[in-house]
Amino acid sequence: MSETTSETEKLPLDSWHRAKGARMVPFAGYEMPIQYAGASGGGIVAEHDWTRNSASLFDVSHMGQLIVSGEGAAEALEQLVPGAITSLKPGRVRYTLLLNDEGGILDDLMITNVTSWVEGDEEAGEEGGWGEPTYYLVVNGATKWDDIAHLREHLPDEVTLTHLEDRALIALQGPNAATALGRVMRGVPDRLTFMQSLDYQFGEWDLRITRAGYTGEDGFEISVASEFAEPLANRLCAEIEVRPAGLGARDSLRLEAGLPLYGHDLDTETDPVSADLMFALTKKRREAGGWKGHEALVERMAGGAETRRVGLVVEGRQPAREGARVFHGDKDVGRITSGGFSPTLGHPVAMAYVARDYAELDTKLEIEVRGKRLSAVVAPMPFVPHKYYRGEK
Amino acid sequence: MARYFTEEHEWIDIEGDTATVGITDYAQEQLGDIVFVELPEVGSTVDKGKDAAVVESVKAASDVYAPVSGEVTEANDALEDDPALVNTSPEEDGWFFKLTLSDKSELDGLMDEKAYKSFCDGL
Repeated sequence: MSETTSETEKLPLDSWHRAKGARMVPFAGYEMPIQYAGASGGGIVAEHDWTRNSASLFDVSHMGQLIVSGEGAAEALEQLVPGAITSLKPGRVRYTLLLNDEGGILDDLMITNVTSWVEGDEEAGEEGGWGEPTYYLVVNGATKWDDIAHLREHLPDEVTLTHLEDRALIALQGPNAATALGRVMRGVPDRLTFMQSLDYQFGEWDLRITRAGYTGEDGFEISVASEFAEPLANRLCAEIEVRPAGLGARDSLRLEAGLPLYGHDLDTETDPVSADLMFALTKKRREAGGWKGHEALVERMAGGAETRRVGLVVEGRQPAREGARVFHGDKDVGRITSGGFSPTLGHPVAMAYVARDYAELDTKLEIEVRGKRLSAVVAPMPFVPHKYYRGEK
Repeated sequence: MARYFTEEHEWIDIEGDTATVGITDYAQEQLGDIVFVELPEVGSTVDKGKDAAVVESVKAASDVYAPVSGEVTEANDALEDDPALVNTSPEEDGWFFKLTLSDKSELDGLMDEKAYKSFCDGL
């Protein structure tokens, strides 16, 4: 996501953040909390650690929430994303990518099948059935307007695109997220495993609750009408496990989790092969094609890309940041796209795109930072293991 | 011993020709959790207003400019093992480096503690 336009807008929780002592910064066209003052000094590391050890509430209302509906909606979406959507069952969520004709990544997004069950009329002898095919998309804040234009241009007329501009999105993330949410909304966590989603009527509020997130921890994303965002945030933060966390912690958490950030680790110069996101494509869709970018990517899917996104563990304490060049001996072999200090691990980590010959695990590389070379080694991601809840084993 | 402050949120203690330089409590508060400090080498010279050190927080890297010119005589090695000293004790144990002043007149126009406090209050 790219930062700052000259005009920034306020999100539904703006005054709530300020009352909690947030430091607000421009991000994706909005004023957003980067960190909070907090009782114990607050700050990014405290919020990061609290998320890993308990649960944090993140306001991610800058993200775009869209509905794509109508007969043929799944087939139409499948022409624009390489993920399998027609086989996505109601209540299931899929991570996928919007691609251009060259196979470049326009955005990464979550698609949920939110098609509802329509009860039949027993007296009339009618059976129940699935209603109009309906998909809920969550896209990046900085790219949402371009995404909407792209979808409008390419979706057929019989498929309707609706931008849910009057809804906020709240993420509750951490090992205690399920405990806290379960106390507020009894039974809800038990009905969901990772990448599942449901509609939930909480009093008079229509919520859409998804078990997913961007921290590597178990957690939920809750879509709520903007007018109820503040009472919902208060209700969740009233739980002893939950504290607010800002964009700073969100960034260090997702970096540890090996999750790419659009505008930094992904852009139109990258593709699913070079970005190492091929897990988002089923074998069938890879082979059958029928999606934007497929033709351009056929060769790369078979033979690999010239550069690849890798994880780097950096020696010492000095972080290597976005933009730093990566070397193998005298040879410039790549570039850091995200980097920082990992609070959980106590050393710096980074994501980089490096030439394919240097992308193997354990390859020793060097990163140039302010004229000095830092030693680094290609390491598996996630740097910190994911703890998604996939059900009782 | 006299302590001076700059608008870039550095403090300078003067004892004879020796200056000890660090960043203020206000600065560390703005930077957040500090994870690494790059200090100038002993024996190098720094020029007023030019890069002298780099502070890395979890969030970003920030330059620290030399508030006065001179030759660096000592760097605070304690920051290598414990950069968080800058957060916990910015104006004492978390000092950055010492230098021998090359031009004492550069101190003219720097703020004293009272002036610095009202400068911060106005931010």
